[in-house]
Amino acid sequence: MDNVIHILYFASFREQLGQAEERLPASYATVSELLAELAERGEYWKTVLLENQNLQIAVNHNVASRETSLKAGDEVAFFPPVTGG
Amino acid sequence: MILDSTLTPFIKIQQHDFDLTTEVLALRQGHKNIGAVVSFVGTVRDINEGDEVTVLELEHYPGMTEKALEKVRLEAHKRWSLEASLIIHRIGSLHPEDQIVLVVAASQHRENAFFAAQFIMDSLKTNAPFWKKETLPSGEVRWVDSRISDSEAQKRWKV
Repeated sequence: MDNVIHILYFASFREQLGQAEERLPASYATVSELLAELAERGEYWKTVLLENQNLQIAVNHNVASRETSLKAGDEVAFFPPVTGG
Repeated sequence: MILDSTLTPFIKIQQHDFDLTTEVLALRQGHKNIGAVVSFVGTVRDINEGDEVTVLELEHYPGMTEKALEKVRLEAHKRWSLEASLIIHRIGSLHPEDQIVLVVAASQHRENAFFAAQFIMDSLKTNAPFWKKETLPSGEVRWVDSRISDSEAQKRWKV
């Protein structure tokens, strides 16, 4: 397996951050560590993800939290609260 | 790693429209013990938050959305011993009066089907990754905010 994690951004996040997906080296122990790294990219990344109290997280299609641990091959998704139905 | 969620014919995410009668007939076929079928159809309103809406775009998370819906469906079966159930959710570009979502719950007696249909809709609203974006007559495009009333509705089921 590739030594990477696959990251997906949905809905308003995708538009605000200007990308739908990316791959990063699998060097983060938790979602929190990944978020801290992404927040280094600038104010937008910090407010949309790291400081967003309504941030929704999924790891491998399961609802996750900032404490969820990460490993190589994982798919991490960030998105706003859902509005289907 | 992502495990393939079991493919089920009872969860459909599609761009095209659905026909209530056709879907209910297909679902009931071969189930002679069904005595009650409750269906819910959600449609696109032309007004949201006081503004006229001309287009409603629906986005989902392929893979996770199906899995989340199947989880909701199986939970409903467990709680109300359903004989059959079905969830169809449309994605893509929709317009006022269009159908968005169909939930069908079928059981031996009506009470279980009524409860299950409402539970599935309430859970879908808060758990399934779908997002709506609306276009106003002015051309303004905005993402729809989640509603507190939806999460309150979900809480009554004490999941």
